[in-house]
Amino acid sequence: MFWMNTKRIVKYGFINFWRNGFVTLASILIMTVTLFIMGSLIFLGAILDSSLNQIKNKVDINVYFVTTAPEEDIISLKSSLEQLSEVSSVEYVSREQAIEEFKKRHENDQLILQALQELDDNPLGAHFNIRAKETSQYESIATFLENYQTSSGGVSIVDKVNFFQNKIAIEKLSNIILSIDKLSFGVIIVFMIISILIIFNTIRLAIYTSREEISVMKLVGAGNFYVRGPFVIEGIMYGVSSALIALALFYPVTIWMAPLTEDFFGGANIFNYYVNNFAQIFVVLILSGVFLGGVSSYLAVKKYLKI
Amino acid sequence: MTENPKKNGNIIHFDNVKKMYMENAIALDGVTLSIGKNEFVSIVGHSGAGKTTLLKMLLAEEKPTDGKVYFNTTDVHSLNRKNITYYRRKIGTVFQDFRLIPSKTAYENVAFAMEACGREDREIELDVPYVLDLVDLGNKIWNFPNELSGGEKQRLAIARAIVNQPEVLIADEPTGNLDPINTYEIAQILKKINNIGTTVILTTHNKGVIDSLNSRVVTMENGKIIRDNENGKYII
Repeated sequence: MFWMNTKRIVKYGFINFWRNGFVTLASILIMTVTLFIMGSLIFLGAILDSSLNQIKNKVDINVYFVTTAPEEDIISLKSSLEQLSEVSSVEYVSREQAIEEFKKRHENDQLILQALQELDDNPLGAHFNIRAKETSQYESIATFLENYQTSSGGVSIVDKVNFFQNKIAIEKLSNIILSIDKLSFGVIIVFMIISILIIFNTIRLAIYTSREEISVMKLVGAGNFYVRGPFVIEGIMYGVSSALIALALFYPVTIWMAPLTEDFFGGANIFNYYVNNFAQIFVVLILSGVFLGGVSSYLAVKKYLKI
Repeated sequence: MTENPKKNGNIIHFDNVKKMYMENAIALDGVTLSIGKNEFVSIVGHSGAGKTTLLKMLLAEEKPTDGKVYFNTTDVHSLNRKNITYYRRKIGTVFQDFRLIPSKTAYENVAFAMEACGREDREIELDVPYVLDLVDLGNKIWNFPNELSGGEKQRLAIARAIVNQPEVLIADEPTGNLDPINTYEIAQILKKINNIGTTVILTTHNKGVIDSLNSRVVTMENGKIIRDNENGKYII
């Protein structure tokens, strides 16, 4: 009995989807637009994320050592730093590497190169390039370094930590990143809510046209499950069709947008993101469509079942 | 569930039923009425007399403000939602505005009523064409309601109402939208259905139909029964 009813419900869901031509078309169009907006929010989130990560990666602090600093002390400081939970990476540039890099940077400047040759010893000290996991964590790393200098007693191996020069800029940047994160999350939530309401209302209107039909079904003795079933199947089909159309639309749109976003946001190629994350976007849009279509239909029919 | 205290021969009993929509809008004012098995009862009265409200009480579409409605021994309004669904399968209903499902063909409209009762596909395939033939719609089986005339729509509604062989057929002003020839045909079909053992309750304004049926006539006015005649005529 259950399987016979389920088979009939699915059959009528498909038949209604096909026969309610104009209502089906209108519902699919509106759902496509809203699912497209939802998909766009995924892309927007990805672009913002990659842009913010790029900015974050450009921020680091450098620790310059005195030229007389023994290498084993530097290495021991490196391992202490790497044990800190805030530290993402510590790059050690030795005195030799530092001079090589310096020479390379000034290979066209003969005056500087000659001046270097005049010196007996390498004038550059070794240094660290330290990256934190979050931009807000640089301050605590800098504090650790400061304490390290004082606790080493008397002779300090650290010459300069450039965080203190860049402190204001880094703090400002980390505040901006935090605000953008919060704002984009807020915008995404607001658009999601609007999309859900639009889909719910569209389906409600589609089912409103069938309210008489529902009351007749009830009066001929059909149970709630049997009346509601085909509408839920129809809603799910609206969702699946709209999600597939929205997914297909993203192909030309992301191709067109790719150069623009690459220029504007620096590096984030939206088309590559679409291709690389197709399976994920597919699943999110299809599930959103199925869930919103199904649940909206279920709730919209409920009102007319009270006979 | 309370038992019908009235005599066994009755299939339906309205026991002092009152229905008020607002304080001064009384639709039914203490209606007591018994309907026997296989009876043909016509309910007549002006618009607003309470005929349709009385039928809504029987279908459990609305609850009475006071009083009880019994079907066999069952108090209709004490049933839960699920049992109301099963109860409605014992009653066939025909409305003035047909209330067919526009997105379904004639065949599907009738089949739906059988499917809703959980009948097997094989049974449906045999019974639906038979019932449609019975109401003379054998050649319109795949037409949608909007492709049928008023009389055909009402015959389709009757086919849907009787396909599950209900104990009672309710016809709420079934000829209200029909011309005299179709009206006569519908009256004859209802008579035939009654002759094969179904209780029929008909509400109508049509004097010709009542006079031709020569059966029990209950007259209502302002929510009360003012006359109840065996083999009655249309008198208002």
